[in-house]
Amino acid sequence: MALSLPAIMKTTAARLSALYLLLFALCAVLLVLYMTSLSARMLTAQTQETINDEVLGLAQAYQRGGLPVLVRVVENRSRQPGANLYLIADANGQILTGNVQSLEPGVIETEGWTTQPFSYQRFGEGELDRLRSGATDQPSPQTGDGANAPQSTGEKGHNAIALVLRLPNQMIMLVGRDLGEPERFRAVISRALTLALGMMGLGGILIWFFVGRAALKRIDSVSDASRRIMGGDLSGRLPVTGAGDEFDRLSENLNSMLARIAMLNEGLKQVSDNIAHDLKTPLTRLRNRAEATLAGRHKTQDYRQALEGAIAESDQLIKTFNAILMISRLEAGYSSEQTGPVDLAATVSDVVELYEPVAEEAGVALETTVAEAFTINGNRELIGQALSNIVDNAIKYSTDAAEAPKVRVALERLGNEIKLTVTDNGHGIPDDADRARATERFVRLEKSRSQPGSGLGLSLAKAIMTFHNGRLDLLPANPGLSVVMSFPSREAH
Amino acid sequence: MKILVMEDDREAADYLQKAFAEAGHTAHVAGDGETGFALADAGDYDVMVVDRLMPRRDGLSVIAALRSRGNTTPVLILSALGEVDDRVTGLRAGGDDYLTKPYAFSELLARVEVLNRRASARESETVYRVGDLELDRLSHSVKRAGREITLQPREFRLLEYLMRHAGQVVTRTMLLENVWDYHFDPQTNVIDVHVSRLRGKIEKGFDKPILHTIRGAGYMLKGG
Repeated sequence: MALSLPAIMKTTAARLSALYLLLFALCAVLLVLYMTSLSARMLTAQTQETINDEVLGLAQAYQRGGLPVLVRVVENRSRQPGANLYLIADANGQILTGNVQSLEPGVIETEGWTTQPFSYQRFGEGELDRLRSGATDQPSPQTGDGANAPQSTGEKGHNAIALVLRLPNQMIMLVGRDLGEPERFRAVISRALTLALGMMGLGGILIWFFVGRAALKRIDSVSDASRRIMGGDLSGRLPVTGAGDEFDRLSENLNSMLARIAMLNEGLKQVSDNIAHDLKTPLTRLRNRAEATLAGRHKTQDYRQALEGAIAESDQLIKTFNAILMISRLEAGYSSEQTGPVDLAATVSDVVELYEPVAEEAGVALETTVAEAFTINGNRELIGQALSNIVDNAIKYSTDAAEAPKVRVALERLGNEIKLTVTDNGHGIPDDADRARATERFVRLEKSRSQPGSGLGLSLAKAIMTFHNGRLDLLPANPGLSVVMSFPSREAH
Repeated sequence: MKILVMEDDREAADYLQKAFAEAGHTAHVAGDGETGFALADAGDYDVMVVDRLMPRRDGLSVIAALRSRGNTTPVLILSALGEVDDRVTGLRAGGDDYLTKPYAFSELLARVEVLNRRASARESETVYRVGDLELDRLSHSVKRAGREITLQPREFRLLEYLMRHAGQVVTRTMLLENVWDYHFDPQTNVIDVHVSRLRGKIEKGFDKPILHTIRGAGYMLKGG
């Protein structure tokens, strides 16, 4: 994927990399500065120690043989390669011997450690340098010739620190040590700093490339997938790599959200299909009847009858419509039905009492067996509606029973469930597949076509049971059918 | 009866106005919540029919505002939402009855007439009398032309409701709601069977019918 620089900088990964890089660089610079000052101090301390040792040696030489021995030792040491700085001057500051040709004015005037590094010139370091150096510009009587000293011209003097001592005869002795070239030191530091910063920059880019870009790629694949899904492919899902990281968790959650949306969408589609299918027939019938009534010549009484028929048909349509809406809301689970304690035994007696006259009129014996009172958490209205739909069905289908038609409503506890069973002794639904299909929407098995109803009674009951975390099962009762509403018992939770 | 209809659907509102007029009532229409509130606040209506979803101000807030101003006019809420919970929130907001769209006008009319505050003053009476039929709410006894009639508890409640609204059409759903406390449409007309049983008890052996079936609407208890 080709991205322009501004586009790259817009990504979180690049921004974070840049920020880390900046922070690391700042830390590195501070660290280098700290280390530099620390090493400088350590070097100075070391130098002072070396000088102390040197002075101790020279003091012994002086004690041994006085000034001549001291001068000899100094001259000897001066000539050694990489030697320390030695200088012996008379009381007036006139250099007598040593390997220092010239130094900053005032250095030898105060006894003790020089407070600051001073610049100096060794022997043989060039005429110009000697001219530049202040106080001691006359050639001094020297013994050491500094043959090993490199011939440098136009160079600034070297820096050194030194211990200045006054000998008993008022002569001045200086023992010092070069501090090395500051330029070199600075060059080393800046080189190290550049190297460190360069490596950090490289590291930042590598981090961005491998970590940030990998994250970027994952996000891009997620947004690509969502774009495809938005494009209409609702079956599409976000990629899950199986790494179990945050991205996977996000994708998994989004996927379950998509699954839920797809399910709701599917439900909606089914509802509209069903509405189209099942409401179209009665609507067409309604229209045709009106048309037929208009076409012929009729008496006023006939018109009245036709209109009453139309009203009755419309009422049935409204009922069907309400049932469809109710089912889809319950199935979608976004129903805001209020729940509370429901006395199932009271619901049974309510519904049985409601249907008792109907059963009696149809010649059906309606029996009730209630083992004990059960209170569940649910919606009384909905459970009452489900039970009345089931009882309604049972009464309808028991009328063709071989023996005396009978419907039994039983309430009992079975294991972790409270079962509300409605059993009739009619023909039942012998075919297993038919029985399974009976709770689907608008399914009216062949035999029941002659019975009035919308074909939604059992579907609604099933939706209500699902809403209550329960089940609706249709079992053969031989003869007849058992419709079982199973509620999870409260103790089971 | 003077009815205020708050309904934003122009066509539905016109239809309601015409239909109420045909039933002998005067209906005023407000097309949005604010207008409805102003009309209700100023006018003296017997019943208000309020759509829940209206522009500018929704039905429930109009009702709540009217109630807080001491307006006690009975309100029937019309809703396209129609779940038990919606009914509960609607009634809690100050509505007196609740009807879900789509509805049959006969149902709406029956409910509005029952809600009419001038007709519903019978709540406090202990003895209801319709023609020669008499129901004592305290002693739970029913007499017709001085003859004792024995009723089951549910039949008693059914008759009690019918007598309280004597002279008014009572629909099947109204009976199911008020006598059985259920708000669904039973698949079979179970109510009809209950009513015909009751009718058998209060009319058998008497020369005059008292419990009338109103075709396409429901029932009416009417003496004389």
